Amino acid sequence: MKTAEKTTYQLPIGPIHPALKEPVMFEFEVDGERIVNVNVRLGHVHRGVEWTGTQRNPIQILYLAERICGICSYCHPMAFSLAVERVAGIEVPERADYLRVIHGELERICSHILWAGVAAHEIGFDSVLFLTWQMREKALDLTEYLTGNRITKGITMIGGVRRDITPDMHPKIQETLQYYKEIFKKLQHVFLDDKTFQLRCKDCGVLSKEDAVKLCAVGPTARASGVKKDVRLDQGYFAYSDLDFDYITPDIYTGEVHGDVYDRIVVRLLEIQQSIGLIEQCLNQMPAGPIVSEPKPLKLLAKLKNVSGEGIGRMEAPRGEVFHYVKLSAQDAPYAWKVRAPTYNNILPWIPMLTNQQIADIPIVAASTDPCMSCTNRVTIVKNQDTSFLDKEELHRMSIQKTRRLQP
Amino acid sequence: MGKNLPKSFKKALWVYHCNSGSCNGCDIEIIAALCPRYDVERFGIKLVGSPRHADVLLITGAVTRQLADKIKRVYEQMPDPKAVICVGNCGNTGDVFYESYNLVGPVDQIIPVDVYIIGCPPRPENIIYGVAKAWMKLETLEAKT
Repeated sequence: MKTAEKTTYQLPIGPIHPALKEPVMFEFEVDGERIVNVNVRLGHVHRGVEWTGTQRNPIQILYLAERICGICSYCHPMAFSLAVERVAGIEVPERADYLRVIHGELERICSHILWAGVAAHEIGFDSVLFLTWQMREKALDLTEYLTGNRITKGITMIGGVRRDITPDMHPKIQETLQYYKEIFKKLQHVFLDDKTFQLRCKDCGVLSKEDAVKLCAVGPTARASGVKKDVRLDQGYFAYSDLDFDYITPDIYTGEVHGDVYDRIVVRLLEIQQSIGLIEQCLNQMPAGPIVSEPKPLKLLAKLKNVSGEGIGRMEAPRGEVFHYVKLSAQDAPYAWKVRAPTYNNILPWIPMLTNQQIADIPIVAASTDPCMSCTNRVTIVKNQDTSFLDKEELHRMSIQKTRRLQP
Repeated sequence: MGKNLPKSFKKALWVYHCNSGSCNGCDIEIIAALCPRYDVERFGIKLVGSPRHADVLLITGAVTRQLADKIKRVYEQMPDPKAVICVGNCGNTGDVFYESYNLVGPVDQIIPVDVYIIGCPPRPENIIYGVAKAWMKLETLEAKT
Protein backbone atom coordinates (compact mmCIF):
# COMPACT_ATOMS: atom_id res chain seq x y z
CA MET A 1 0.00 0.00 0.00
CA LYS A 2 1.27 3.39 -0.92
CA THR A 3 1.56 5.86 1.96
CA ALA A 4 1.05 9.53 1.31
CA GLU A 5 4.12 11.64 1.75
CA LYS A 6 3.86 14.12 4.61
CA THR A 7 4.18 17.70 3.45
CA THR A 8 3.90 21.04 5.16
CA TYR A 9 0.98 23.43 4.71
CA GLN A 10 1.10 27.10 3.93
CA LEU A 11 -1.11 29.16 6.23
CA PRO A 12 -1.44 32.90 5.59
CA ILE A 13 -2.55 35.18 8.45
CA GLY A 14 -3.29 38.87 7.99
CA PRO A 15 -2.92 41.60 6.98
CA ILE A 16 -6.43 42.05 8.35
CA HIS A 17 -7.11 39.60 11.14
CA PRO A 18 -8.91 39.95 14.51
CA ALA A 19 -5.71 39.12 16.39
CA LEU A 20 -3.82 41.89 14.66
CA LYS A 21 -4.45 45.46 15.73
CA GLU A 22 -2.35 46.92 12.97
CA PRO A 23 -2.00 45.49 9.49
CA VAL A 24 0.88 43.06 9.10
CA MET A 25 1.06 39.78 7.22
CA PHE A 26 2.48 36.39 8.22
CA GLU A 27 2.94 33.35 6.03
CA PHE A 28 3.26 30.30 8.25
CA GLU A 29 4.59 26.96 7.19
CA VAL A 30 2.95 24.35 9.41
CA ASP A 31 3.79 20.74 9.96
CA GLY A 32 0.83 19.39 11.92
CA GLU A 33 0.60 21.47 15.09
CA ARG A 34 4.15 22.64 14.81
CA ILE A 35 5.03 25.81 12.95
CA VAL A 36 8.29 25.27 11.12
CA ASN A 37 8.80 28.53 9.33
CA VAL A 38 7.36 31.98 9.00
CA ASN A 39 7.68 34.87 6.64
CA VAL A 40 6.70 38.35 7.76
CA ARG A 41 5.59 41.02 5.35
CA LEU A 42 5.59 44.57 6.59
CA GLY A 43 4.85 47.90 4.97
CA HIS A 44 1.05 47.91 5.12
CA VAL A 45 1.13 51.10 7.17
CA HIS A 46 3.84 52.70 5.06
CA ARG A 47 2.56 56.22 4.43
CA GLY A 48 5.77 57.71 3.10
CA VAL A 49 6.15 60.11 6.02
CA GLU A 50 9.85 60.85 5.51
CA TRP A 51 9.40 61.51 1.77
CA THR A 52 6.35 63.71 2.41
CA GLY A 53 8.51 65.65 4.86
CA THR A 54 10.91 66.60 2.09
CA GLN A 55 8.05 68.32 0.25
CA ARG A 56 7.13 70.66 3.11
CA ASN A 57 8.59 73.43 5.19
CA PRO A 58 9.77 72.74 8.77
CA ILE A 59 6.69 74.17 10.48
CA GLN A 60 4.39 71.98 8.38
CA ILE A 61 6.56 68.98 9.24
CA LEU A 62 5.84 69.49 12.95
CA TYR A 63 2.23 68.50 12.26
CA LEU A 64 3.28 65.62 10.05
CA ALA A 65 5.70 64.33 12.72
CA GLU A 66 2.91 64.48 15.26
CA ARG A 67 1.01 61.93 13.18
CA ILE A 68 3.79 59.33 12.97
CA CYS A 69 2.32 57.72 16.07
CA GLY A 70 -0.81 58.68 17.97
CA ILE A 71 0.62 57.65 21.35
CA CYS A 72 3.98 59.50 21.08
CA SER A 73 2.45 62.58 19.49
CA TYR A 74 4.65 64.94 21.52
CA CYS A 75 8.14 63.44 21.35
CA HIS A 76 8.34 63.10 17.55
CA PRO A 77 7.71 66.78 16.67
CA MET A 78 9.81 67.84 19.67
CA ALA A 79 12.79 65.73 18.59
CA PHE A 80 12.40 67.16 15.08
CA SER A 81 12.37 70.71 16.37
CA LEU A 82 15.44 69.99 18.55
CA ALA A 83 17.24 68.89 15.41
CA VAL A 84 16.19 72.00 13.45
CA GLU A 85 17.12 74.28 16.36
CA ARG A 86 20.58 72.73 16.39
CA VAL A 87 21.04 73.32 12.65
CA ALA A 88 19.79 76.90 12.73
CA GLY A 89 21.34 77.82 16.07
CA ILE A 90 18.02 78.93 17.56
CA GLU A 91 18.13 79.74 21.28
CA VAL A 92 15.06 78.52 23.16
CA PRO A 93 13.80 80.84 25.95
CA GLU A 94 14.21 79.45 29.44
CA ARG A 95 10.51 79.42 30.22
CA ALA A 96 9.81 77.39 27.07
CA ASP A 97 12.34 74.78 28.24
CA TYR A 98 10.38 74.28 31.45
CA LEU A 99 7.06 74.14 29.58
CA ARG A 100 8.51 71.51 27.27
CA VAL A 101 9.46 69.38 30.28
CA ILE A 102 5.92 69.65 31.69
CA HIS A 103 4.31 68.46 28.44
CA GLY A 104 6.87 65.69 28.00
CA GLU A 105 6.31 64.34 31.49
CA LEU A 106 2.54 64.53 31.09
CA GLU A 107 2.84 62.39 27.97
CA ARG A 108 4.98 59.92 29.92
CA ILE A 109 2.27 59.60 32.60
CA CYS A 110 -0.40 58.96 29.90
CA SER A 111 1.75 56.44 28.05
CA HIS A 112 2.90 54.46 31.10
CA ILE A 113 -0.64 54.18 32.47
CA LEU A 114 -1.85 53.04 29.04
CA TRP A 115 0.93 50.44 29.04
CA ALA A 116 0.02 49.24 32.54
CA GLY A 117 -3.51 48.57 31.27
CA VAL A 118 -2.24 46.65 28.24
CA ALA A 119 0.10 44.58 30.44
CA ALA A 120 -2.81 43.66 32.72
CA HIS A 121 -4.89 42.73 29.66
CA GLU A 122 -2.11 40.42 28.43
CA ILE A 123 -2.28 38.25 31.53
CA GLY A 124 -6.07 38.26 31.52
CA PHE A 125 -6.79 40.99 34.08
CA ASP A 126 -9.34 43.00 32.11
CA SER A 127 -10.75 44.67 35.22
CA VAL A 128 -7.31 46.25 35.79
CA LEU A 129 -7.28 47.37 32.13
CA PHE A 130 -10.50 49.28 32.71
CA LEU A 131 -9.26 50.64 36.04
CA THR A 132 -6.05 52.02 34.55
CA TRP A 133 -7.73 53.45 31.45
CA GLN A 134 -10.17 55.27 33.71
CA MET A 135 -7.20 56.74 35.60
CA ARG A 136 -5.64 57.72 32.27
CA GLU A 137 -8.66 59.88 31.37
CA LYS A 138 -7.68 62.33 34.11
CA ALA A 139 -4.28 62.90 32.47
CA LEU A 140 -6.00 63.32 29.10
CA ASP A 141 -8.29 65.93 30.68
CA LEU A 142 -5.23 67.85 31.85
CA THR A 143 -3.59 67.51 28.41
CA GLU A 144 -6.73 68.91 26.84
CA TYR A 145 -6.81 71.77 29.35
CA LEU A 146 -3.19 72.71 28.66
CA THR A 147 -2.95 72.13 24.91
CA GLY A 148 -6.52 72.01 23.58
CA ASN A 149 -6.43 68.41 22.40
CA ARG A 150 -6.52 64.95 23.91
CA ILE A 151 -4.17 63.05 21.62
CA THR A 152 -2.47 65.20 18.99
CA LYS A 153 -1.37 68.18 21.01
CA GLY A 154 -0.14 70.71 18.46
CA ILE A 155 1.91 72.40 21.19
CA THR A 156 5.35 72.23 19.54
CA MET A 157 6.93 75.17 17.77
CA ILE A 158 10.49 75.46 16.55
CA GLY A 159 12.16 77.63 19.20
CA GLY A 160 9.60 77.15 21.94
CA VAL A 161 6.02 76.09 22.58
CA ARG A 162 2.72 77.52 21.38
CA ARG A 163 0.80 77.92 24.65
CA ASP A 164 1.81 79.28 28.03
CA ILE A 165 0.79 77.97 31.43
CA THR A 166 -0.60 80.95 33.33
CA PRO A 167 -0.83 81.12 37.16
CA ASP A 168 -4.61 80.56 37.04
CA MET A 169 -3.97 77.17 35.43
CA HIS A 170 -1.85 75.96 38.36
CA PRO A 171 -4.74 74.84 40.64
CA LYS A 172 -6.08 72.45 37.99
CA ILE A 173 -2.59 70.98 37.42
CA GLN A 174 -2.01 70.64 41.19
CA GLU A 175 -5.38 68.93 41.56
CA THR A 176 -4.55 66.37 38.86
CA LEU A 177 -1.10 65.72 40.31
CA GLN A 178 -2.67 65.25 43.74
CA TYR A 179 -5.12 62.75 42.23
CA TYR A 180 -2.23 60.78 40.73
CA LYS A 181 -0.31 60.83 44.00
CA GLU A 182 -3.33 59.32 45.72
CA ILE A 183 -4.02 56.65 43.12
CA PHE A 184 -0.32 55.84 42.82
CA LYS A 185 -0.54 53.87 46.08
CA LYS A 186 -3.50 51.98 44.66
CA LEU A 187 -1.68 51.25 41.38
CA GLN A 188 1.38 50.12 43.33
CA HIS A 189 -0.77 47.83 45.43
CA VAL A 190 -2.60 46.37 42.43
CA PHE A 191 0.52 45.72 40.36
CA LEU A 192 3.33 45.11 42.83
CA ASP A 193 1.71 43.50 45.88
CA ASP A 194 -0.72 41.28 44.01
CA LYS A 195 0.20 37.61 44.32
CA THR A 196 -0.89 36.72 40.78
CA PHE A 197 1.17 39.52 39.24
CA GLN A 198 4.18 38.42 41.25
CA LEU A 199 3.80 34.77 40.23
CA ARG A 200 3.37 35.66 36.56
CA CYS A 201 6.04 38.34 36.27
CA LYS A 202 8.92 37.45 38.58
CA ASP A 203 11.82 35.62 36.89
CA CYS A 204 9.98 35.78 33.61
CA GLY A 205 11.47 37.30 30.45
CA VAL A 206 14.84 38.04 32.01
CA LEU A 207 17.15 40.42 30.14
CA SER A 208 20.63 40.52 31.66
CA LYS A 209 22.55 43.76 31.96
CA GLU A 210 25.18 42.52 29.47
CA ASP A 211 22.53 41.64 26.88
CA ALA A 212 20.76 44.95 27.37
CA VAL A 213 23.99 46.83 26.68
CA LYS A 214 25.00 44.56 23.80
CA LEU A 215 21.63 44.74 22.04
CA CYS A 216 21.23 48.51 22.56
CA ALA A 217 18.01 48.31 24.54
CA VAL A 218 16.64 51.78 25.36
CA GLY A 219 14.30 53.39 27.85
CA PRO A 220 12.54 51.52 30.65
CA THR A 221 13.53 48.16 29.10
CA ALA A 222 17.23 48.96 29.56
CA ARG A 223 16.78 50.61 32.96
CA ALA A 224 14.89 47.58 34.31
CA SER A 225 18.01 45.52 33.58
CA GLY A 226 20.11 47.93 35.63
CA VAL A 227 21.59 49.91 32.73
CA LYS A 228 21.74 53.54 33.79
CA LYS A 229 20.71 55.06 30.48
CA ASP A 230 18.33 57.98 30.17
CA VAL A 231 18.71 60.76 27.59
CA ARG A 232 17.15 63.21 30.04
CA LEU A 233 20.15 62.76 32.36
CA ASP A 234 22.85 61.85 29.85
CA GLN A 235 22.31 64.80 27.57
CA GLY A 236 20.41 67.28 29.74
CA TYR A 237 18.22 68.80 27.02
CA PHE A 238 15.33 71.20 27.82
CA ALA A 239 15.42 72.17 31.50
CA TYR A 240 16.24 68.65 32.72
CA SER A 241 19.74 69.65 33.85
CA ASP A 242 18.21 72.11 36.36
CA LEU A 243 15.87 69.52 37.87
CA ASP A 244 16.56 67.10 40.66
CA PHE A 245 15.99 63.49 39.60
CA ASP A 246 17.93 60.29 39.06
CA TYR A 247 17.95 57.10 36.97
CA ILE A 248 15.09 54.81 37.90
CA THR A 249 16.33 51.25 38.31
CA PRO A 250 14.32 48.50 40.02
CA ASP A 251 16.77 48.18 42.96
CA ILE A 252 15.30 51.42 44.34
CA TYR A 253 12.14 49.48 45.16
CA THR A 254 13.14 45.82 45.42
CA GLY A 255 16.77 46.15 46.51
CA GLU A 256 18.19 44.12 43.63
CA VAL A 257 18.04 43.97 39.83
CA HIS A 258 16.64 40.87 38.13
CA GLY A 259 15.78 42.35 34.73
CA ASP A 260 12.49 40.45 34.60
CA VAL A 261 8.98 41.61 33.66
CA TYR A 262 8.25 42.51 37.28
CA ASP A 263 11.23 44.89 37.27
CA ARG A 264 9.91 46.55 34.11
CA ILE A 265 6.58 47.13 35.84
CA VAL A 266 8.44 48.58 38.86
CA VAL A 267 10.46 50.95 36.65
CA ARG A 268 7.41 52.25 34.77
CA LEU A 269 5.37 52.76 37.93
CA LEU A 270 8.22 54.61 39.64
CA GLU A 271 8.62 56.74 36.53
CA ILE A 272 5.01 57.86 36.86
CA GLN A 273 5.88 59.05 40.37
CA GLN A 274 9.07 60.67 39.09
CA SER A 275 7.15 62.51 36.34
CA ILE A 276 4.72 63.91 38.92
CA GLY A 277 7.72 65.22 40.89
CA LEU A 278 9.31 66.74 37.78
CA ILE A 279 6.14 68.61 36.81
CA GLU A 280 5.90 69.99 40.36
CA GLN A 281 9.53 71.13 40.31
CA CYS A 282 8.95 72.84 36.95
CA LEU A 283 5.86 74.67 38.20
CA ASN A 284 7.84 75.99 41.19
CA GLN A 285 11.05 76.92 39.38
CA MET A 286 9.64 78.23 36.09
CA PRO A 287 11.03 81.72 35.35
CA ALA A 288 8.94 84.43 33.68
CA GLY A 289 9.65 85.36 30.09
CA PRO A 290 8.74 84.61 26.49
CA ILE A 291 7.63 81.12 25.48
CA VAL A 292 8.96 81.13 21.93
CA SER A 293 12.11 82.68 20.46
CA GLU A 294 10.42 83.93 17.28
CA PRO A 295 6.66 84.53 17.68
CA LYS A 296 6.11 85.22 13.96
CA PRO A 297 6.10 81.94 12.00
CA LEU A 298 6.78 83.67 8.66
CA LYS A 299 9.93 85.32 10.00
CA LEU A 300 11.06 81.96 11.38
CA LEU A 301 10.47 80.28 8.01
CA ALA A 302 12.39 83.03 6.22
CA LYS A 303 15.29 82.42 8.58
CA LEU A 304 15.20 78.64 8.11
CA LYS A 305 15.17 79.10 4.34
CA ASN A 306 18.72 80.45 4.45
CA VAL A 307 20.14 77.78 6.72
CA SER A 308 22.03 74.71 5.62
CA GLY A 309 23.58 71.96 7.69
CA GLU A 310 22.82 68.75 9.51
CA GLY A 311 21.30 68.28 12.95
CA ILE A 312 20.30 65.55 15.33
CA GLY A 313 17.51 65.65 17.89
CA ARG A 314 17.50 63.09 20.68
CA MET A 315 14.99 62.87 23.46
CA GLU A 316 13.66 60.38 25.95
CA ALA A 317 10.22 59.29 24.77
CA PRO A 318 8.11 57.15 27.14
CA ARG A 319 9.42 54.02 25.38
CA GLY A 320 13.06 55.08 25.14
CA GLU A 321 15.30 57.23 23.04
CA VAL A 322 13.78 58.77 19.90
CA PHE A 323 16.19 60.07 17.31
CA HIS A 324 15.59 62.50 14.43
CA TYR A 325 18.12 63.49 11.79
CA VAL A 326 17.51 66.54 9.60
CA LYS A 327 19.55 68.00 6.77
CA LEU A 328 18.63 71.50 5.63
CA SER A 329 20.04 72.85 2.37
CA ALA A 330 18.92 76.50 2.19
CA GLN A 331 15.57 75.60 0.65
CA ASP A 332 11.92 75.64 1.73
CA ALA A 333 11.90 71.95 2.52
CA PRO A 334 14.60 69.90 4.24
CA TYR A 335 16.89 67.86 2.01
CA ALA A 336 16.56 64.77 4.21
CA TRP A 337 14.71 63.66 7.32
CA LYS A 338 15.19 60.38 9.14
CA VAL A 339 13.28 59.07 12.15
CA ARG A 340 14.31 56.26 14.48
CA ALA A 341 11.68 55.23 17.02
CA PRO A 342 12.59 53.36 20.25
CA THR A 343 10.74 50.17 19.26
CA TYR A 344 13.46 49.37 16.69
CA ASN A 345 16.01 48.98 19.48
CA ASN A 346 13.72 47.05 21.78
CA ILE A 347 12.89 44.25 19.34
CA LEU A 348 16.24 42.43 19.45
CA PRO A 349 16.21 42.07 23.28
CA TRP A 350 13.13 39.86 22.78
CA ILE A 351 15.38 36.99 21.74
CA PRO A 352 17.23 36.57 25.10
CA MET A 353 14.00 37.41 26.96
CA LEU A 354 11.95 34.72 25.24
CA THR A 355 14.47 31.89 25.04
CA ASN A 356 13.55 29.02 27.39
CA GLN A 357 10.31 30.70 28.42
CA GLN A 358 6.92 29.08 28.61
CA ILE A 359 4.77 29.80 25.58
CA ALA A 360 2.03 31.25 27.79
CA ASP A 361 4.44 33.90 29.06
CA ILE A 362 5.14 35.28 25.61
CA PRO A 363 2.40 37.98 25.47
CA ILE A 364 3.42 39.60 28.74
CA VAL A 365 7.14 39.37 27.92
CA ALA A 366 6.62 40.94 24.50
CA ALA A 367 4.34 43.62 25.91
CA SER A 368 6.84 44.38 28.68
CA THR A 369 9.02 46.34 26.24
CA ASP A 370 5.98 48.47 25.29
CA PRO A 371 6.28 47.88 21.55
CA CYS A 372 4.20 49.62 18.92
CA MET A 373 1.18 47.54 17.97
CA SER A 374 2.53 46.23 14.69
CA CYS A 375 5.46 44.79 16.61
CA THR A 376 3.37 43.26 19.39
CA ASN A 377 1.66 40.81 17.10
CA ARG A 378 4.77 38.98 16.04
CA VAL A 379 6.34 36.49 18.36
CA THR A 380 9.39 34.27 17.94
CA ILE A 381 10.34 31.28 20.01
CA VAL A 382 14.03 30.56 19.70
CA LYS A 383 15.03 27.07 20.77
CA ASN A 384 17.92 25.19 19.24
CA GLN A 385 17.79 27.35 16.12
CA ASP A 386 14.25 26.18 15.55
CA THR A 387 11.98 29.18 15.11
CA SER A 388 8.24 28.96 15.52
CA PHE A 389 5.55 31.60 15.54
CA LEU A 390 2.11 31.80 17.08
CA ASP A 391 -0.63 34.33 16.54
CA LYS A 392 -1.65 36.69 19.26
CA GLU A 393 -5.17 35.42 19.97
CA GLU A 394 -3.90 31.95 20.75
CA LEU A 395 -1.15 33.37 22.95
CA HIS A 396 -3.57 35.57 24.83
CA ARG A 397 -5.78 32.55 25.51
CA MET A 398 -2.82 30.54 26.81
CA SER A 399 -1.76 33.45 28.96
CA ILE A 400 -5.19 33.71 30.58
CA GLN A 401 -5.19 29.96 31.20
CA LYS A 402 -1.89 30.18 32.99
CA THR A 403 -3.24 32.90 35.29
CA ARG A 404 -6.22 30.68 36.11
CA ARG A 405 -4.00 27.74 36.92
CA LEU A 406 -2.09 29.71 39.53
CA GLN A 407 -3.12 29.19 43.12
CA PRO A 408 -2.14 32.40 44.89
CA MET B 1 -31.11 63.22 16.92
CA GLY B 2 -32.72 61.29 19.78
CA LYS B 3 -36.14 61.91 18.19
CA ASN B 4 -35.33 59.74 15.22
CA LEU B 5 -34.20 56.80 17.29
CA PRO B 6 -36.70 54.33 18.77
CA LYS B 7 -36.99 54.13 22.56
CA SER B 8 -35.64 50.65 22.67
CA PHE B 9 -33.21 49.09 20.25
CA LYS B 10 -34.20 45.94 18.45
CA LYS B 11 -30.72 44.50 18.67
CA ALA B 12 -27.25 45.18 19.98
CA LEU B 13 -24.99 46.88 17.48
CA TRP B 14 -21.83 44.97 16.66
CA VAL B 15 -18.91 46.90 15.32
CA TYR B 16 -15.88 45.73 13.39
CA HIS B 17 -12.78 47.93 13.52
CA CYS B 18 -10.43 47.91 10.58
CA ASN B 19 -7.12 49.78 10.38
CA SER B 20 -6.19 50.80 6.85
CA GLY B 21 -2.89 52.49 7.72
CA SER B 22 -3.69 54.75 10.65
CA CYS B 23 -1.32 56.23 13.25
CA ASN B 24 -3.06 54.61 16.30
CA GLY B 25 -4.55 57.96 17.34
CA CYS B 26 -8.08 57.10 16.19
CA ASP B 27 -7.64 53.51 17.35
CA ILE B 28 -6.86 54.46 20.95
CA GLU B 29 -9.83 56.84 20.97
CA ILE B 30 -12.06 53.96 19.82
CA ILE B 31 -10.75 51.86 22.74
CA ALA B 32 -11.24 54.88 25.05
CA ALA B 33 -14.90 54.95 23.95
CA LEU B 34 -15.23 51.34 25.13
CA CYS B 35 -13.58 52.04 28.50
CA PRO B 36 -15.35 53.17 31.70
CA ARG B 37 -15.52 56.95 31.10
CA TYR B 38 -17.62 56.58 27.92
CA ASP B 39 -18.58 52.91 28.22
CA VAL B 40 -20.55 52.24 25.05
CA GLU B 41 -20.97 48.60 25.97
CA ARG B 42 -23.91 49.64 28.16
CA PHE B 43 -25.80 50.40 24.90
CA GLY B 44 -24.92 47.00 23.50
CA ILE B 45 -22.28 48.41 21.17
CA LYS B 46 -19.49 45.89 21.06
CA LEU B 47 -16.31 45.28 19.08
CA VAL B 48 -16.32 41.92 17.28
CA GLY B 49 -13.49 39.94 15.73
CA SER B 50 -14.96 39.18 12.30
CA PRO B 51 -16.61 41.36 9.65
CA ARG B 52 -19.12 38.52 9.09
CA HIS B 53 -20.61 39.21 12.54
CA ALA B 54 -20.70 42.99 12.23
CA ASP B 55 -23.41 45.54 11.52
CA VAL B 56 -21.09 48.50 11.33
CA LEU B 57 -17.60 48.85 9.90
CA LEU B 58 -15.37 51.42 11.62
CA ILE B 59 -12.50 52.25 9.32
CA THR B 60 -9.49 54.34 10.36
CA GLY B 61 -6.53 55.61 8.40
CA ALA B 62 -5.76 56.78 4.89
CA VAL B 63 -5.87 53.70 2.67
CA THR B 64 -2.38 52.50 1.71
CA ARG B 65 -1.75 50.75 -1.60
CA GLN B 66 -1.23 47.33 0.01
CA LEU B 67 -4.54 47.46 1.89
CA ALA B 68 -6.98 48.77 -0.73
CA ASP B 69 -8.17 45.38 -1.99
CA LYS B 70 -8.27 43.97 1.55
CA ILE B 71 -10.63 46.75 2.65
CA LYS B 72 -12.89 45.93 -0.28
CA ARG B 73 -12.95 42.27 0.74
CA VAL B 74 -13.76 43.11 4.37
CA TYR B 75 -16.67 45.24 3.13
CA GLU B 76 -17.97 42.46 0.89
CA GLN B 77 -17.85 39.95 3.75
CA MET B 78 -20.25 41.98 5.90
CA PRO B 79 -23.91 40.90 5.81
CA ASP B 80 -26.62 43.37 4.70
CA PRO B 81 -27.92 45.74 6.02
CA LYS B 82 -24.58 47.33 6.83
CA ALA B 83 -23.17 50.77 7.51
CA VAL B 84 -19.64 52.10 7.06
CA ILE B 85 -18.16 54.79 9.29
CA CYS B 86 -14.95 56.50 8.32
CA VAL B 87 -13.21 57.62 11.54
CA GLY B 88 -10.72 60.49 11.36
CA ASN B 89 -9.52 62.98 8.80
CA CYS B 90 -7.05 60.57 7.18
CA GLY B 91 -9.80 58.37 5.84
CA ASN B 92 -11.97 61.32 4.83
CA THR B 93 -9.43 63.37 2.91
CA GLY B 94 -5.93 61.97 3.40
CA ASP B 95 -5.17 64.73 5.92
CA VAL B 96 -1.42 65.42 6.34
CA PHE B 97 -0.51 62.44 4.18
CA TYR B 98 -2.63 63.55 1.19
CA GLU B 99 0.28 63.80 -1.28
CA SER B 100 2.04 60.60 -0.25
CA TYR B 101 2.97 58.18 -3.06
CA ASN B 102 1.64 55.17 -1.21
CA LEU B 103 -1.99 56.23 -0.67
CA VAL B 104 -4.95 55.26 -2.83
CA GLY B 105 -7.58 56.72 -0.46
CA PRO B 106 -9.71 58.51 0.65
CA VAL B 107 -11.83 55.61 1.89
CA ASP B 108 -14.94 56.62 -0.10
CA GLN B 109 -13.10 55.97 -3.36
CA ILE B 110 -12.69 52.34 -2.34
CA ILE B 111 -15.98 51.51 -0.58
CA PRO B 112 -19.24 53.48 -0.01
CA VAL B 113 -19.13 55.44 3.26
CA ASP B 114 -22.30 56.34 5.22
CA VAL B 115 -20.96 58.46 8.06
CA TYR B 116 -17.87 60.66 8.06
CA ILE B 117 -16.39 61.48 11.47
CA ILE B 118 -13.98 64.38 11.32
CA GLY B 119 -11.20 65.14 13.77
CA CYS B 120 -7.58 64.19 14.13
CA PRO B 121 -8.30 62.12 16.09
CA PRO B 122 -12.04 62.52 16.75
CA ARG B 123 -13.08 62.63 20.39
CA PRO B 124 -14.79 59.54 21.81
CA GLU B 125 -18.09 61.50 22.02
CA ASN B 126 -17.76 62.16 18.32
CA ILE B 127 -17.21 58.48 17.53
CA ILE B 128 -20.24 57.50 19.64
CA TYR B 129 -22.32 60.13 17.78
CA GLY B 130 -21.18 58.65 14.46
CA VAL B 131 -22.11 55.13 15.53
CA ALA B 132 -25.56 56.37 16.63
CA LYS B 133 -26.02 57.94 13.17
CA ALA B 134 -25.13 54.66 11.53
CA TRP B 135 -27.66 53.02 13.84
CA MET B 136 -30.36 55.34 12.52
CA LYS B 137 -29.48 54.34 8.98
CA LEU B 138 -29.74 50.65 9.85
CA GLU B 139 -33.10 51.17 11.61
CA THR B 140 -34.48 52.95 8.54
CA LEU B 141 -33.21 50.24 6.23
CA GLU B 142 -34.81 47.60 8.39
CA ALA B 143 -38.14 49.46 8.55
CA LYS B 144 -38.26 49.48 4.73
CA THR B 145 -37.85 45.73 4.36
